[in-house]
Amino acid sequence: MAQNDSTTGGVMLAADGTPLKKSLDRALRAQKIRALALIAPLLLFILVSFVFPIGEMLLRSVQNTVGTDYIPDVLPNVVVELEEWDPASGEAPPEAVYRAMAIDFSAAFDNKLHTQLGRRFNYETPGMSSLFRKSGRPVTKLDPESGNLKEAFLEIDKDWGRIDYWATIKANSGRYTINYFLAAFDAERTLDGIKLKDPDERVYQKLLLRTLGLSLVITLCTLALGYPVAWLLADLPARTSNLLLILVLLPFWTSLLVRTSAWKILLQEQGVINDIWIWLGFEDRLSLINNQLGVIIAMTHILLPFMVLPLYSVMKTIPPSYLRAAKSLGATNTVAFLRVYFPQTTPGIGAGGLLVFILAVGYFITPELVGGADGTFISNRIYYQFSASGNWGLAAALGTVMLVVVLMLYYIYDKLVGVDNVKLG
Amino acid sequence: MATTLQPYATTGQRIWFYTFRVLCGLIFFYLIFPILVVIPLSFNSQDFFTFTPEMLRLDPDGFSLKHYRDFFGENGDYSWLQAFGNSIKIAPLATLISVSLGTLAAIGLTQPHVPFKRQITALLISPMIVPLIITSAGMFFFYANIGLQGTFAGVVLAHAALGIPFVIITVTATLSGFDTSLTRAAANMGADPLTTFFRVQMPLILPGVISGGLFAFITSFDEVVVVLLVGSAGQKTLPWQMFIGLREQISPTILAVATILVVVSIGLLTTVEMLRRRSERLRGMSPS
Repeated sequence: MAQNDSTTGGVMLAADGTPLKKSLDRALRAQKIRALALIAPLLLFILVSFVFPIGEMLLRSVQNTVGTDYIPDVLPNVVVELEEWDPASGEAPPEAVYRAMAIDFSAAFDNKLHTQLGRRFNYETPGMSSLFRKSGRPVTKLDPESGNLKEAFLEIDKDWGRIDYWATIKANSGRYTINYFLAAFDAERTLDGIKLKDPDERVYQKLLLRTLGLSLVITLCTLALGYPVAWLLADLPARTSNLLLILVLLPFWTSLLVRTSAWKILLQEQGVINDIWIWLGFEDRLSLINNQLGVIIAMTHILLPFMVLPLYSVMKTIPPSYLRAAKSLGATNTVAFLRVYFPQTTPGIGAGGLLVFILAVGYFITPELVGGADGTFISNRIYYQFSASGNWGLAAALGTVMLVVVLMLYYIYDKLVGVDNVKLG
Repeated sequence: MATTLQPYATTGQRIWFYTFRVLCGLIFFYLIFPILVVIPLSFNSQDFFTFTPEMLRLDPDGFSLKHYRDFFGENGDYSWLQAFGNSIKIAPLATLISVSLGTLAAIGLTQPHVPFKRQITALLISPMIVPLIITSAGMFFFYANIGLQGTFAGVVLAHAALGIPFVIITVTATLSGFDTSLTRAAANMGADPLTTFFRVQMPLILPGVISGGLFAFITSFDEVVVVLLVGSAGQKTLPWQMFIGLREQISPTILAVATILVVVSIGLLTTVEMLRRRSERLRGMSPS
């Protein structure tokens, strides 16, 4: 090597005469490009099949649409005329607004959009859906050139004079809206501005707190059950622990639906556990399902492997001699555990706890099937808004809130544990 | 220590030792009992979800294959079999995509100099972290725009994305123990990169790749939420059928399906464990 290198003016040269530094840089660049080229196809795939869809959801949470059209495109004249009107004045909008509404409403009616429009406004101000539906044909019969459209509208339905209805339409005259986020945080627009709803109507705050609270309880349960098991596995000889590890891995590999249905079958009123309970001599059957208890029992079981595996891999690296040393120096069992063993297992607790918590927050299937009325999570509400209620904007806004929570937790996880340290068995 | 018994242990230590063992035994029971209990229940001759007195007496009349016959459509209802067929069609295709793209990317990620390695890994793992309902809702909106919503291809692509993190995790784990001087040796002896990959590197990392593939397969095979939102009536999978069955009128056929799936997962777990040991042997590590 050395005899091939020639030195000219203090610059090291590679065999082909280029400066060594440049040559090395080039080699490094080639290596980087090769690595990226290998990753690129997957990155592209994830971008299209995963990242874009999530971006689309984020967009939906602020887009002010009815079906696939923006509201200002459906009600172009109304939007312009309403600019002049101030809901705080306490008076219904002027004649020009009603004329604009007659024109836009007829166009929407021709495109079969007027009921959708009503439903869209109804999310924010209940009652508007029926108003729009009822007014369908009568409004199209109005003559936009006539001078007294305001009265004509009020004759069709006196609700057309309601200021809060017009205020809702005015609040939705942009292409983008924060109204879905207001709803997701239990706020609403009133005539005096944006306010939080009455404390007993704050459903989404309550739901978010319940989701986080139950996830925390489940995480603590998995820790309480997972810690002794992981400790036993780490201390046993390899042959035995490998065998017992299968008992942890089998649930991990078993279908989530199988495990959920097994719990549903076991916990139900006429199920195996209640039968044993009665057989033991108790009078009343326990209600173990369709409540929070059922969710905690089933989800602790389902997520337990995600706690045991990281704990186990950390505990395996702790030499048993440390505990013996502590005791030979006079520590009691409790002190030796609390001051010597436990502190060394905290990385495992952090890794397992965060992973279980992150996964629990987003759970959908188990709460849906065993949660009943008071054991549902925010995911279930999103699904409901999505499928049954059809309020996609609110579903997207709730999803965005949840995504922010999960990504923050993921960021902490990455800082503490590192995403490349996730282990699966 | 607390979990091993020394010959000189005091009575207190002995009591603690056995209490700890019993406690762990109970936790293992909690882990495994719900999975195993569905197996005997599935042979119930009645439409009950609990053990009948006949079953407890081990009376042969208490047992039957009724629920299995229902699964195979003997009562004229082929919906379970159709759902199974759909699952069997979707999962391998999704697995193929995740494994081929995922293995390439894992090899790229374990190269010595990768720019933005941490960020790229975080992104590739995120389908496992982001709640399924969010992923599915986004896919519903986006796939509807590009005409994939409600199609077979849409479900396959979505499932492939969900399987990627598992492939990345298992294959990078295998590659981290891979001796890179082997590929250099192959190149030194005149093998081109493709030959090196297929004849030197691939056989060594194959166990990890297969494990990753099995993870991706089970992810797709077990997935409901995406199928609910992105799929349509034509893509009813087995989990979909189970989910709907559990939410509405719970049918005892589910017990038979659950048993079949438990047997499948036992098979998959055994395969993965065997592969893991083989991989450790190949890399010269002791099997522990």
